[in-house]
Amino acid sequence: MEYLNLGKISLIIAFALVLVGFWGLLSQKNIIKIIVSFTILETGINILIVALGWIKGRTAPIIDASVEQGPNHNVLNSIVDPVPQALVLTAIVIGFGVTALLLAYAMKLFRAKRTLEINQFNDLKW
Amino acid sequence: MIKNFLIALVLASFVYMFYHLYESYEPQTELSGIAAHYAENGAKEVGAANLVTAVVVAYRGFDTMGEVTILFLTASIIGFFLKLSKIDEEKVIIHHGTSELLITASQILIPIIFLFGAYVFMNGHLTPGGGFQGGAIIASGVALSIMANPNREINHHAILWIESISGISFVIIGVLGIVLAGGFLDVRLFGVGEFGDLFSAGAIPIIYSFIGLKVGAEISNILNKYQKSQKEL
Amino acid sequence: MNNELIYAVLAIGVGILAIIMAIIAILNDKLSISVIAGGVVSLFASIIFLLMAAPDVAMTEAAIGSGLSTLIFFYVLNKIKKYND
Repeated sequence: MEYLNLGKISLIIAFALVLVGFWGLLSQKNIIKIIVSFTILETGINILIVALGWIKGRTAPIIDASVEQGPNHNVLNSIVDPVPQALVLTAIVIGFGVTALLLAYAMKLFRAKRTLEINQFNDLKW
Repeated sequence: MIKNFLIALVLASFVYMFYHLYESYEPQTELSGIAAHYAENGAKEVGAANLVTAVVVAYRGFDTMGEVTILFLTASIIGFFLKLSKIDEEKVIIHHGTSELLITASQILIPIIFLFGAYVFMNGHLTPGGGFQGGAIIASGVALSIMANPNREINHHAILWIESISGISFVIIGVLGIVLAGGFLDVRLFGVGEFGDLFSAGAIPIIYSFIGLKVGAEISNILNKYQKSQKEL
Repeated sequence: MNNELIYAVLAIGVGILAIIMAIIAILNDKLSISVIAGGVVSLFASIIFLLMAAPDVAMTEAAIGSGLSTLIFFYVLNKIKKYND
C-alpha cells in the first residue's frame, strides 16, 4: 500500500504531462497546436513544484479553527509547506502572460502569410 | 524518419532523467528551514491568517513587484502589436445579434461578479484568495460584458488611470516602508492589529487591493485589444 | 487513514483522465477540439491542486488557466476561420 502515496502519484502525473507537452512541442506543425502543447508543459511543471512541498497527513497553510483545534495544537506540525505554493502562484500568472503574447505573434504571422504551418515561414533560413 | 528518431531520442533521455529523480525522491516529513520560521512566527510578525499571502506580500514582496512589472510589460507589448490602423478603427463588427438571454443575464450577473472579485482580493489575508485571483475574476466579468455586446467601447482612459495609479501606489507604499518601518515593502507600516479582523495584518489588504485592481485592469486591456483585432481583415 | 486512501484513488483517476485529454489535444486534427482539451487539462490540474491542500493555487489555476486562456485562444481561432472556410 505504500504506492498509494499522494506525493508519488502527483509526481508521476506531473512527469507524464511534461513528457506529453515536450512531444507535442517538438513534433507538431501547426502553430496553434504548438502553443497548446506549451500550456500543457507549463501546467505539468506547476503540479511538480506543488507536489514537492506536500507532507503526508497535513492540511492547507491557513490558520483557522481546524488547525488550532487539530490533533497537534501547533501550527508547525499541521500545515504543508507554503513556500512552493507562493512560487507557483507567480508562475501561473506569468505563464498566462507568455501564452497571450505567443497568440498575438501567431495572429500577426497569419496575417502576413495566410498560413499556419511553420514550414512555410522560411524567410530567415539561408 | 530521421526527425522522428531524434524526437524519440530526446524523449528517451528525459524519461531516463525523470526515472532517476523519481527513484531518489523521499517525501518530506517535517517542515524544515525557512518554512518552519514562517509557520511559527508568521501569525505574530505579520498577523495574517493565510500564510501563502504572508509569504507572497510580506516576506517575498520584492518578487511580487517583479511579477507585476512583467505583467505590465506583456500588456504593453500586446497593445503595441495589435494596434489598428485609422481606417480599421471606425469599422463596426457585423454579427448576427447576441441572444436575449445573454444580454439580460449579463446585466444581472456583472455587478455580482465585480462584487465577488472585490471581496476575494480584500479578504486575501483571511481566506484563500488574494490579488491575482480577484483580478482574474474581475477580468472575467469584463469578458462577459464584451461578449454580450461586441461593439462596446471599454473606456480606455479609465483603465489607463486605474492601472497607473495602482502601480504607483504600490511603489509608494514600499518607499514609505523605508521611512516609517523596517525596510522596503515592510508591512508593519500600519500596525498589525487583531488577528482575524478585516483591518489587520498591517498594509497587506491595501497592497493586495492595489495588485488586484492592477491585474484586473491589465487583463481587461488585453481582452479588449483581442476583441478589437476582430475588426481588421 | 481511510481519507488518505480516498484521496489517492481520486488522484489516480483524475490523473489518468488528464493524461488522456493531453494526448487527445495533440493528436486530433481539428483545432477547436485541441483548444478545449487543453482547457480541460487545466481543470483537472486544478482538482489535483485541491487534493494536495493548496486552495490558493487551485483558485488561480481555475480562473486563469482554464477560463481566460481558453477565451483568448478562441479569439485567434475566430480570425483564422474566416479564411479557411
